[in-house]
Amino acid sequence: MSGGKIFRKIFLVDLFQGLAVTFRNQNPKYIVTEQYPAERPKVAERYRGAPRLNNNPDNGETLCIACNLCALACPENLIVVGSERNEQTRRKELTTFTYDLSRCMFCGLCEDACPVDALELTQDFELASYSRPGMIWDRQMLEEGPRPKQYKC
Amino acid sequence: MPDSTFLDSTELVLNMGPQHPSTHGVLRVILKLDGEKILGTDCVIGYLHRGVEKIAENRTWAQFNPYVDRMDYVASVSNGLGYCLAVEKLLNMEAPPRAQVVRVILTELNRIASHLVWLGTHALDIGAITPVFYCFREREEALNIFEKYCGARLTTHAFRIGGLQYDTYEGFEQDVKAFCDMFPPKVDEYEALLTGNRIWKGRLTNVGVLTADECKEYGVTGPLLRAAGVKWDLRKAQPYSGYEKYDFEIPIRQNGDTFDRYIVRMQEMRQAVRIIRQAVENIPEGPIMGKVAKVIKPPVGEAYVSIEAPKGELGYYVVSDGSTQPYRVRVRPPSFVNLQALDRMVRGGLVADIVAVIGTLDIVLGEVDR
Repeated sequence: MSGGKIFRKIFLVDLFQGLAVTFRNQNPKYIVTEQYPAERPKVAERYRGAPRLNNNPDNGETLCIACNLCALACPENLIVVGSERNEQTRRKELTTFTYDLSRCMFCGLCEDACPVDALELTQDFELASYSRPGMIWDRQMLEEGPRPKQYKC
Repeated sequence: MPDSTFLDSTELVLNMGPQHPSTHGVLRVILKLDGEKILGTDCVIGYLHRGVEKIAENRTWAQFNPYVDRMDYVASVSNGLGYCLAVEKLLNMEAPPRAQVVRVILTELNRIASHLVWLGTHALDIGAITPVFYCFREREEALNIFEKYCGARLTTHAFRIGGLQYDTYEGFEQDVKAFCDMFPPKVDEYEALLTGNRIWKGRLTNVGVLTADECKEYGVTGPLLRAAGVKWDLRKAQPYSGYEKYDFEIPIRQNGDTFDRYIVRMQEMRQAVRIIRQAVENIPEGPIMGKVAKVIKPPVGEAYVSIEAPKGELGYYVVSDGSTQPYRVRVRPPSFVNLQALDRMVRGGLVADIVAVIGTLDIVLGEVDR
């Protein structure tokens, strides 16, 4: 064993090298912990979170044309679109829209399939519910979006 | 298994898992022990079986894409790439050049993220608690790029058959370059913490040795094979997605023990940064999606595509009967094949080594059980 090796072994050089890294990382600028309920994280613009059924901002009517493409695109078959034909305008109109969030894996295929940008995955990420039926969102819930209670500390 | 060697000792059968924190999921290992010595092991898998391959037969080609992310969930981008390449081969088409480069960048970022999870948990199993915090801090940066790019962090669903759904966001190049500048010094930090450390060396050197011949017998691939001295990397051997354009090396080591596998993976992270740097420098302009019909109907036939996932060779064998749904999707997962070698690696060793060996195998149970 060479002299350098013996020195390193006796004076625990390897351990102090590691400790130096740990102490360097004590610097407060390396703190990355998010204080979640107090500090809300800002998720990315393209984040795929809670689904939303968009309304036309001008007149408040739904953008959905009840084409059923999202329901066909969904791998889990969790979207049910209800529609009926308006006899006066001869057009299909949306009546109900059910989205089972408990089975959703947020793959974004429904969003991609939508031809009119009515269905969109938004930045809302707090989707917990106290009950299973609470995870099945109806049209009203989809249009309004989730309203999680915001805690302050 | 040989009988116990001492008169007054009895064989002890011990269940490790499925709830053991060091099995990285729900792996159950039945250990047959003679004191501290392992006489044999028996793996019980299937606790996370979801029937992914059967699910594929009831989904359209595009609909199955998000499910592959859920097999190896720490390297979901690689899984998505393998599946997309397999279906593209079936369709006899290639993704546009821009899509290929973006795919390489994201896949290599994912390789780093996957190796960081491995390093953190492996060190945690051995008893070093510090690296896991640093690794996850850096992994967060890579996941942030995924989140900004495709809107999800873990199960990304980043690629589509034929190319990409999402174009790069504004500032993508800067983010990736910033990551490339930030990351190599961090690898030096991990190496300062671990490589020279006497406890780390003592726990890893000559533990779980797997020679090159044994690797080939078991079909073991990835860093395990390269640590045994075999220069085999599918990115070089059969390049896909434009890997032949990038200049990088295949790190190899000779001993095939746990320490060598650690060194190989650390080197791989540095090489991944090298590939990302080259790729991000010249992302070509152009379309991101090839000519693919809305409803994908591949011609009758079959295709096998394998890629170099962070854990080894990840293969997809897809069979089409000409309809909108796959006739069969068979996955060749690296974790499942590598796990076979566990018994060979720990037999005759000490019971404390099994934690190190499971860590070095870098298995993900979602992929083992599928």
